[in-house]
Amino acid sequence: MEQAIQVKGIQKSYKKLHVLKGIDFEVEKGSIFALLGSNGAGKTTVVKILTTLLKQDEGTAIVNGFDVVSKPGNVRQSISLTGQFTAVDEIMTGRENLIMIAKLRHLKNSRQISDDLLRRFGLTEAAGRRVSVYSGGMRRRLDLAMSLVGKSQIIFLDEPTTGLDPEARIEVWKNVRELADGGTTVFLTTQYLEEAEQLADRIAILHEGRIIANGTLAELKKMFPPAKVEYVEKQPTLEEIFLAIIGKKEEK
Amino acid sequence: MEMTKNYFFSDMGVMLGRSLRHILRSMDTIITVTIIPIGMMLLFVYVFGGAIQTGTDNYVNYLLPGILLMAIGSGISYTAFRLFLDMQRGIFERFHSMPIVRSTVLWGHVLTSLVSNAISAIVIILVALVIGFRSSAGILAWLAVAGILALFTLALTWIAVIPGLTAKSVDGASAFSYPLLFLPFISSAFVPTTTMPPAIRAFAENQPVTAIVEAIRSLLAGQSVGNDIWVALAWCLGILIVAYISAMWVYKRKAA
Repeated sequence: MEQAIQVKGIQKSYKKLHVLKGIDFEVEKGSIFALLGSNGAGKTTVVKILTTLLKQDEGTAIVNGFDVVSKPGNVRQSISLTGQFTAVDEIMTGRENLIMIAKLRHLKNSRQISDDLLRRFGLTEAAGRRVSVYSGGMRRRLDLAMSLVGKSQIIFLDEPTTGLDPEARIEVWKNVRELADGGTTVFLTTQYLEEAEQLADRIAILHEGRIIANGTLAELKKMFPPAKVEYVEKQPTLEEIFLAIIGKKEEK
Repeated sequence: MEMTKNYFFSDMGVMLGRSLRHILRSMDTIITVTIIPIGMMLLFVYVFGGAIQTGTDNYVNYLLPGILLMAIGSGISYTAFRLFLDMQRGIFERFHSMPIVRSTVLWGHVLTSLVSNAISAIVIILVALVIGFRSSAGILAWLAVAGILALFTLALTWIAVIPGLTAKSVDGASAFSYPLLFLPFISSAFVPTTTMPPAIRAFAENQPVTAIVEAIRSLLAGQSVGNDIWVALAWCLGILIVAYISAMWVYKRKAA
């Protein structure tokens, strides 16, 4: 299998803080890879190194066949990053944001590309409005849409659903799945176990600067005691209740 | 990098387009930038001006260069502010992870500063004309004035880039410009330096604002500028070079 990302022995310190203590992993082309870890585990540092925003102290990282340190230009041609904060221009409209990115990627027919993405992300109606009046979910959708301009082979999503309401989160999940179905490699970080479980073909757990587990969901499950059959009354979670009520409202 | 070199002008165009939209859609910043210098100008012309002996009969003519420098001093704090927001919101990271010519990200902000300060300067000159400013300067002298102001704006803008990239808060990003607003007061911008006590006079006569103000004043009056213009240019270029090198150093550490 071809590898989209290969990471070997990456180390990184910020002054005295040793954030990454030598991590290795590989991401298969066309798969969804989730890097799971609590806040401050170093997930964003990994993303920054892989997207050429930060240089590692030790180790090598190869993205789409190119070394991130010696061939950053080629890496940037291959990737697209959706950072932890929605990086959208508030003063411009949704359409202008997309056209700007299309032009920066040196694509022709930027207008057509932006219209297609606006439609795909349900933003056609809001396209001419300034982003400053968008809701959190709309901003995140626009942010994702901006990352899809130019059809990069590898997409990095740094905590794509942090701060989103449950509905918007499910929407993002749907988009991520569509991306992977279309052949794009998706590298995502998350602190939500459920998100990794829902989306990822492969999950790596980053803890105290090291990858302490790496495998498919089934493999990870095997590492833990076998499932016991217990009969427990299943209470709906508040999230399930919330979604059920919203769902009913929308049917009416 | 290697393959993106030929996109410099295309990328620069996009960055500039973005910035110009920001300016056009937040005209209130132009008003905020010009209102204090205009207020100062009115105050000095109509309240203090009668009591100030400058040796010229038209105090607005005497005052205008200093007022323009003041406006630029407050205008550049918006560059720091815009840069700060771009850093905070991850827009820099988005751009830097893309196959673009990286230097255009900063240059976009710097050119924006030039454009918005030019608009402010024009607004202030128009107000000055209304309250009696008159100039016998020819087209070449006006071009020279524009050139000095542009160079001064560039120099201060590169200073503003530093807090823009390093500030921890919005207030921090713009607070650096306050000293710049006071520099004109200890210069020949409002009153001749001859009445100042020796120590202050020495400072006033050897700081950049005085040289720049004197050069612009002579140009606008259609007089020969003598040495002042060279001193003014040397100051502007000197500040520009030091500020640019420092700003790029900070930029490489913070964002690249």
